[in-house]
Amino acid sequence: MTAMADNAQNEITYRQALHDALREEMTRDENVILLGEEIGIFEGSYKITAGMLAEFGPERVRDTPIAEEGFVGAAIGAAMLGMRPVVEIMTINFSLIAIDQIVNHAAKIYGMFGGQTPVPMVIRTPGGGGQQLAATHSQNLEVWYAHIPGLKVLAPSTPADAKAMLTAAIRDDDPVLLLENLSLYNTKGPVPEGDHVAEFGRAKVTVPGTDVTVVGYSRSAAIAKDVAHRMAAQGVSIEVVDLCSLRPLDRETICRSVMKTGRAVVLEDDWLTYGIGAEIAATIQEGAFDYLDAPVRRVAAAEVPLPYAKSLEKIALPDADALIRVINEQLDATRFAR
Amino acid sequence: MAGRTQDPQRDQAATGGGARADDAKTSTRTKKSAPRTTGARRKAPAAGAQARRTGSAAKAASARGDAEARIGYYRGMVLIREFEQRAGEMYTRAKIGGYCHLNLGEEPTVVGLMAALRETDYLFTNYRDHGYALARGLGADRVMAELFGRSDGVSKGLGGSMHMFDAGKRMLGGYGIVGGQLPPATGAALALTYRGGPGPDAEAVMCQMGDGTTNIGAFHESLNLAAIWKLPIVYVIINNGLGMATTVENASGEPDLYKRGSSYRMPGRRIDGDDPEAVRQAAEEMLTAAREKRQPGILEIMSHRLRGHSVVDPARYRTKEEVEELKKLDPLPAYRAELIADGILDEKQAEQIEADAVSEVANAIAFADASPEPGPEKLFDYTYATDVPNAPRLMPGDPVLPAGWDRAEEDHAYAGSEA
Repeated sequence: MTAMADNAQNEITYRQALHDALREEMTRDENVILLGEEIGIFEGSYKITAGMLAEFGPERVRDTPIAEEGFVGAAIGAAMLGMRPVVEIMTINFSLIAIDQIVNHAAKIYGMFGGQTPVPMVIRTPGGGGQQLAATHSQNLEVWYAHIPGLKVLAPSTPADAKAMLTAAIRDDDPVLLLENLSLYNTKGPVPEGDHVAEFGRAKVTVPGTDVTVVGYSRSAAIAKDVAHRMAAQGVSIEVVDLCSLRPLDRETICRSVMKTGRAVVLEDDWLTYGIGAEIAATIQEGAFDYLDAPVRRVAAAEVPLPYAKSLEKIALPDADALIRVINEQLDATRFAR
Repeated sequence: MAGRTQDPQRDQAATGGGARADDAKTSTRTKKSAPRTTGARRKAPAAGAQARRTGSAAKAASARGDAEARIGYYRGMVLIREFEQRAGEMYTRAKIGGYCHLNLGEEPTVVGLMAALRETDYLFTNYRDHGYALARGLGADRVMAELFGRSDGVSKGLGGSMHMFDAGKRMLGGYGIVGGQLPPATGAALALTYRGGPGPDAEAVMCQMGDGTTNIGAFHESLNLAAIWKLPIVYVIINNGLGMATTVENASGEPDLYKRGSSYRMPGRRIDGDDPEAVRQAAEEMLTAAREKRQPGILEIMSHRLRGHSVVDPARYRTKEEVEELKKLDPLPAYRAELIADGILDEKQAEQIEADAVSEVANAIAFADASPEPGPEKLFDYTYATDVPNAPRLMPGDPVLPAGWDRAEEDHAYAGSEA
């Protein structure tokens, strides 16, 4: 979809792309309903659902009490009877209150009962730090859900992907967690006209290159793309793999890229230990061992409850500078000639 | 009845939610010696009504249901009893694995509830679900096959004892996580509100749970949602006095569980679970309110768990006296004696019903034994409802990518890239 990057007048924000997908699916299918805290009268904490209450009414845009376990579970039951609920959890931090319903119910009901009743529901929720929201409101917990068979987890990094992935999630018959990101909501990008539905379980190469593979998703994929462009000017050809789908994980696309570049760095907003980067690194060392010229490196967050103070928050989170430093370390270690 | 101190006779006062306990006026402790003729006449009052109802001896017979219904209850109860006893036996013979919770002692409650539920209604239960599956018509053979983990089981052998499910019969699951079924059941009731308005033919949801469930957050969140959204759902609490070994008094700030909807202005009633007709009538009244007025309700049913929490629990926390008391409280012999005393059944007919159950369950065991185990090719069939690329199909120890992956043609990944 980035092929249309030259069509500048089509640029919209990630927020608008999500809004458009919701609105189009609500219009297309009357079984699509929205549930969440403050999504109606308040129009959503991040305004994704702005105007929807007025357009679709309070039964289809349903403000809920502060009861994540209750309303996420209610979405499961409604989905079992054929509705297509889209739940907004204000931030992924609050999803922990609903985790029994997500992990023990949404992810299990189709399989545990022998495939009798699908659970076509979507949980939309933003993660991400860097907003000075302190320790409990700045986490990246998507790996908790990416670990669970039965769930599908999508993580768009661009407005075009946000729209295509949310559309795909709503039309899919399985429970899908769509990971949004606080710092991406205002980012802009081209979004093609028409009906675009993302494919689950596929990563994509957003920038082709030959020297180093950088793997990211959501905000980190956006940073990786930016770094690739910056380093191209220094004669370093970076290939960016945007995971897009955290579950299922497209291992082949990752390894195929490393087969070409021989080097890999993973950028993730989450903490290092047991993170998604650990899974990527393990995949590369097993799937592409013969092609590797250097150990896989990971750039991840410092492992602390994220501080409020800007000075500490900033240094705790991975950023473009950290990624560039690690890429350079890896190139130097393998005597890369610039 | 171990450890239970709450007494239905005490619970006459209604609370803010319109809770009442009049139908359980006969104490579960004393009812076996109390003459049945004093039983209240239960004439379809609106759920939450405050009026005390009086009955006469003449009308008491109809309060226990007509002859055909009572024979039906007994038949259902006997089938559950036989099924559960044989299930316990099959468990000790290792034909059944995992956890196995039996409905022994709850038979009249189960058949009464299921008699109130229409085919068009939806049922969610907890893990003590075998009896509900049987009474809902899932078939003893397929329920036993599920316990055996076989492919003809109601959940194709993937669920086991705690997870009986039949989409066609609208039994949308036994659930093993305490309280886990409440939010989905509430959401099912929400879905019904999009299908049409309230009315006598509207569908409704029944959500069963145990007494211990009333302390978990999901219970309160669900009741609150049902109240503010006016959902067609009846929450049924089976109060057997014990959550595993913890008494209701030790676990619940309000041990009169039917009052716990008061915070949500939800009417509640307490019913004697040994009387299947009383259970049916009370459940039907609440379901009617749910259908016609979108008034959710709570039905607390005083029942007995004759054995331990599960098959493997010897219930050592019960005193010898409590165990002896429990034997006397077994509702099945009492109900049988009542039917014979009322001239509804004679000894021979009762024996025939019992023999039918023995043979039905024996056939179910044979069916389950003959049913094939799900084959290894089934392992990944039900993880996702829709096919998805790269869905993991790795067996333990498999390499993350198949040998030769790097010699295959690459496909999609570069399609949208910037170059």
